[in-house]
Amino acid sequence: MVFTFVRFIYNFNSLLMSKSGLLKSSIGKKFLMGLTGLFLISFLLVHCFINALIFVNDGGETFNKGAEFMGTNWLIRTMEIVLFLGIILHIVQALVLTLENRKARPVAYAVTNGGANSTWYSRWMGLLGTLILMFLIIHLKHFWVVTRFTDHIAHSAADALPGQETMFGEMKEVFEHTWVVVLYCLSMISLAYHLLHGFQSAFQTLGLNHKKYTPMIKTAGVIFSILIPVIFAAMPIAMHFNIIK
Amino acid sequence: MSHGNMNLTLKVWKQKNKDTKGKFETYNAKGISPDMSFLEMFDVVNEQLINEGKEPIAFDHDCREGICGMCSMYINGRPHGPKEGVTTCQLHMRSFKDGDTIVVEPWRSAAFPVIKDLAVDRSSFDRIMAAGGFVSVNTGNAKDANNILIPKPDADEAFNAAACIGCGACVAACKNSSAMLFVSAKVSQLALLPQGKVEAQQRVLNMVKQMDEEGFGNCTNTGACEAECPKSISLENIARMNREYLWASATSKD
Repeated sequence: MVFTFVRFIYNFNSLLMSKSGLLKSSIGKKFLMGLTGLFLISFLLVHCFINALIFVNDGGETFNKGAEFMGTNWLIRTMEIVLFLGIILHIVQALVLTLENRKARPVAYAVTNGGANSTWYSRWMGLLGTLILMFLIIHLKHFWVVTRFTDHIAHSAADALPGQETMFGEMKEVFEHTWVVVLYCLSMISLAYHLLHGFQSAFQTLGLNHKKYTPMIKTAGVIFSILIPVIFAAMPIAMHFNIIK
Repeated sequence: MSHGNMNLTLKVWKQKNKDTKGKFETYNAKGISPDMSFLEMFDVVNEQLINEGKEPIAFDHDCREGICGMCSMYINGRPHGPKEGVTTCQLHMRSFKDGDTIVVEPWRSAAFPVIKDLAVDRSSFDRIMAAGGFVSVNTGNAKDANNILIPKPDADEAFNAAACIGCGACVAACKNSSAMLFVSAKVSQLALLPQGKVEAQQRVLNMVKQMDEEGFGNCTNTGACEAECPKSISLENIARMNREYLWASATSKD
């Protein structure tokens, strides 16, 4: 039993990592980019839904319950680790692929007219991703670090000790600053363009291209890429201007 | 000199061989007829240079009817110039205006080393084909082909993939110098037909392996290749290759 398991792991490992293995190949690396990308898209959906609970506008009561569930449920906490691994893998693969792509064209063109054959955001995915990463670092510092590594956050307003804030209260506090609201909104524009290419690109990479379904995937991608960032951007705006109290 | 002829300024990449550094040279192309092809314009300039005792510009050309894929020129930032669905030989000077400055560069890719000036070595494509772009089973005589019934849509799709002339414009256009459109067309033209299906798994594994070894970049699905392809090879082929490759590497015995 144990032997079979070890052999399975070994075989699986050699499938992915050996010299001719999947992940050494260009298509394998792309596959990992697409797969992690889709996983991060699924995270955005959950994150957006939970946070949109602030729009219930009940002083954060519903939202705080949602936040408590996300902070305490063992499945969610496990997925949090998977999520970090997913983000890191997405970034590492992007760096590896970009370096390889640079090497594939040692002498640059003097004149290029990329606009004639492709969208600007499909060519600048790396830059858009970097902007999102910079936002992510600030965003994690604003909320994730405070929740996980300090005693500053209480589960509900009733439990709050002196000096403690609920998750909702913390959001209100952070979004009081105008620069934070501006930064969040600008970052959502980067996210929107990153998704606009990434969403449909992931399906193409996984080999999922079909005369009937690809147009649907592309439309769904455009709707997702606009809707999710707009809802996210609405949160700091609504809090800053006290539309959400 | 007939009425309506043009005078143009050409900035052309000159490079002695793959081991030396290249640079741009400026040439004046005078009295160019709008009905000339881009290559004929180069012939005129070269004739002039030879008469003046100067070295002509080296460029690849063969059929001059849009089917050989030799005429690799990166014109004003686009492979084969501003027109869609054409090779350089099918690009006419009426696409330009009198007094224009035209910048002409070779395909730029580590896998396509410059032989001289605008001529590049595309034997990396040949090696990819040699790695698996063939059918090694006996498919019989011409009449035998009709013994296996092939649905018309499949035959059409295979034919569309087979329209690839291996010119390398996909690599030249791609910001990553990826050869995925070329390789996927060659994988698809065989994988779609019953005679080619037999070896489809090993073929895709071998061809992708060779493609990676040649030093081409990785596809990021910008779609520049499809837009610039003179034969309008579809991106669907790349999805098919990805599918075939992922399945083949998951199920192959070695």
